[in-house]
Amino acid sequence: MSVGTLAISPPRTASPKLIGIAGLVLSVVAWVITLPPFLVRTPVPSILIGVAAMSAGAYAFVNDERRIGFGAFALGTLAIAGAIGNTNSGVGHLKVVFTWSILVAAMLRYATPLLWAALGGIICERSGVINIALEGMMLMGAYFGIWGADVFGSWVIGVLIAIVAGGLLALVHAIFSIHLRANQVVSGTGINFLALGITGYFFIAHYGDNGTPSGISQVPNVKIPGIQHVGFFGNAIGDANLLTWIAILLVPALSFFLFRTRWGLRLRAVGEKPRAADTVGLSVIRTRYLAVVASGMLAALGGAYLSVAFVGSFNQNMTEGRGFIALAAVIFGKWRPAGALMATLLFGFASALADRLPTFSQSLGTLFQALPYLLTLVAVAGIVGRSRPPASIGIPYVKE
Amino acid sequence: MSTLEEEEQERDEVAGANEGAAAALTTPARLGAYMRRGTVTVPILTTLIAFIAGGFVVLLTGHNPFSTYKAIFNGTGLQWLFPWVTGSARSTAAFNLQQTLLATTPLILVGLAVAFAFRAGLFNIGGQGQYTVGGIAAVWIGSSFSSMPAFPHIVLAIAGAALAGAAWAGIAGALKATLGVNEVISTIMLNWIAIWGGVWLFGLGGPLQDPHQSSVPTSSPVAASAKLPVFWGNASLQGLDIGLFIALGAAVVFWVLLNRTRFGFEVRAVGLNPDAASYAGISVARSYFRVMAICGAFAGIAAAMDILGWKFSLFTNDIQFSTVGFIGIAVALLGRNSAVGVVFAALLFGALETGTSDRYLDPSVFDPNLASNLTWMIQGLIVLLVSTDVIALKVLSSGRGIRVLFKGRAKREEASA
Repeated sequence: MSVGTLAISPPRTASPKLIGIAGLVLSVVAWVITLPPFLVRTPVPSILIGVAAMSAGAYAFVNDERRIGFGAFALGTLAIAGAIGNTNSGVGHLKVVFTWSILVAAMLRYATPLLWAALGGIICERSGVINIALEGMMLMGAYFGIWGADVFGSWVIGVLIAIVAGGLLALVHAIFSIHLRANQVVSGTGINFLALGITGYFFIAHYGDNGTPSGISQVPNVKIPGIQHVGFFGNAIGDANLLTWIAILLVPALSFFLFRTRWGLRLRAVGEKPRAADTVGLSVIRTRYLAVVASGMLAALGGAYLSVAFVGSFNQNMTEGRGFIALAAVIFGKWRPAGALMATLLFGFASALADRLPTFSQSLGTLFQALPYLLTLVAVAGIVGRSRPPASIGIPYVKE
Repeated sequence: MSTLEEEEQERDEVAGANEGAAAALTTPARLGAYMRRGTVTVPILTTLIAFIAGGFVVLLTGHNPFSTYKAIFNGTGLQWLFPWVTGSARSTAAFNLQQTLLATTPLILVGLAVAFAFRAGLFNIGGQGQYTVGGIAAVWIGSSFSSMPAFPHIVLAIAGAALAGAAWAGIAGALKATLGVNEVISTIMLNWIAIWGGVWLFGLGGPLQDPHQSSVPTSSPVAASAKLPVFWGNASLQGLDIGLFIALGAAVVFWVLLNRTRFGFEVRAVGLNPDAASYAGISVARSYFRVMAICGAFAGIAAAMDILGWKFSLFTNDIQFSTVGFIGIAVALLGRNSAVGVVFAALLFGALETGTSDRYLDPSVFDPNLASNLTWMIQGLIVLLVSTDVIALKVLSSGRGIRVLFKGRAKREEASA
């Protein structure tokens, strides 16, 4: 560290970044005080706090903390709108919607498929291959998972078939983006169309207009004996799905793999500096192939969760853009498993909320279906600092 | 003359860059550069391969691919072009062809919306959302102001749709320009926000739902003064309206804008290499915003053509299950992001859409539900194959590539020389 860097370091008091973060916190406060258990019944405090949050955001924005500033401003606006909505609705309704334990349980349900796909996306993108095809891979898992569970009468086989189907589709993505050096965003888009066609075609060909039958073997929920009937925890996590728990346990496992093992180091090296990795004897091509196929398998598990565990049936295009939200979660989480977990929980919470809002008004409940997507947009745009993707992402590797 | 020189220079730059430092260019730039150098051979080959692969899927699931494709072709009405088709077969074909061209119209415009972004090095996956927002504006203006005279009413509705689409896409453009938000993510999210917003507006109890049918989730019907005139076929039987000419006109505007204006030159420069463009004094951020706004305007007009041309109202189901914007991606890519290419690619996909729909495909030959999924597969394969024709084109357009294919012979020639 040189004298020069010390001399130009900015004053520590009230940096724009801190003010921006304060704005984010204030936005959350402005909204939460109108909810149970606080239940402030007038919007005035929320508006004041929200305006403070927006000004903090504006201050941060003009002082070059653009992302945080934008995030605080946008979140502050949303918080004021939400708070006004809350204070205009009945306490009874609020208590029904904001039953926190049920919200947490729903959040976990919605976050699980996103988390699986996001973990897959992290592996793929860390190896230097853009994976916009997560959506298609999830869809493959969703259809072939339910098909396997139905035909073979066991969810275990269904899930295994889902993994194979997702892996095969990922293999196509790998061949195109690694060997044929395709534009990875375009080939990923093609894969998504292809998956939509394949799953829809086989779904219609096999099940016709009747759809999947009822009573297909489903992935069981895990009833935790100790806390299953213990108030908040019992309702929130006492009866979550097996695939939810595995996905959550996978987060620290994948973190350990990526940042603490030699295999993880190699994977990251291939994504950052493939030329250097090649020079020390790593096979860039093989590593990327493995990473892409693994990502397809994980994303397919997310899809299989939707069909085999959550709903127990399949309908065309049932992933409805979840693969893209997962991709956003990868970016939002800065290509780290723990970050992706946080991001998917946030989006899951938004979905859970949207699900319970029809209590107020059927019509507004529809509008709130857009909330997870809006939140994703705001999150990717604003809250995180400029997240840095793996250095060689999207660049096909040519061995010299 | 000067434009030609620029074009030459641009090509040289691209060729030079590809010799050594392909990585210095952005991937979309590389793709865009190759696409413009292409011929019609590769798209035709790509389409053929995709159809053959689709045929195998049909075969594998126990249907006859030839009779399937023939039935789809009959559904498109393209046999109208054959002079030997006469009598009632000819009038059926004429009607089907009108439907094909009605489907082609928005695809041309949405294809232009995606292609224009590609030329600036941006990937606009948000055609669907921009189309949705444009449709909302068109149906709202079209169903209000019913006392207006026809011509200004139509112009107002189209302009409103274009503005709405431009504003929607402009959000993604502005986020990219100011914060560097990846347009792929932002446009996808904007798609879903637009879709759910639209479903809310026209859904039961929504603010713009038709007040005269409170149990139907739809908009108010478009007033007669805002309907586009029909020039081929029966207006009451969904004949072909002048929207097709508006779409073709937009393709001309697209070409002129890109190739004959200063702005177009800047757009292409930014698309090829944003760093170099910025160094040359072009404001890359402003270009991104303008490009996205123009893309959105194209997509918005696409929706106006559908609403004012033959739909006349907007059901929430239409909003949720419309796929025009996504097909636009395949249209732009297959059309090599050029105006002429987009028109022909749109005709192909418009024909596929009509030929596989449950109204025009003979269900005794092939289930239309299967056929529409077959279309998705064919589209997916086309996009996949286009994503790599960077290589196919390299092989076709540079002698070096061909030499790689005939390595042995090249060596022999060197040895003899």
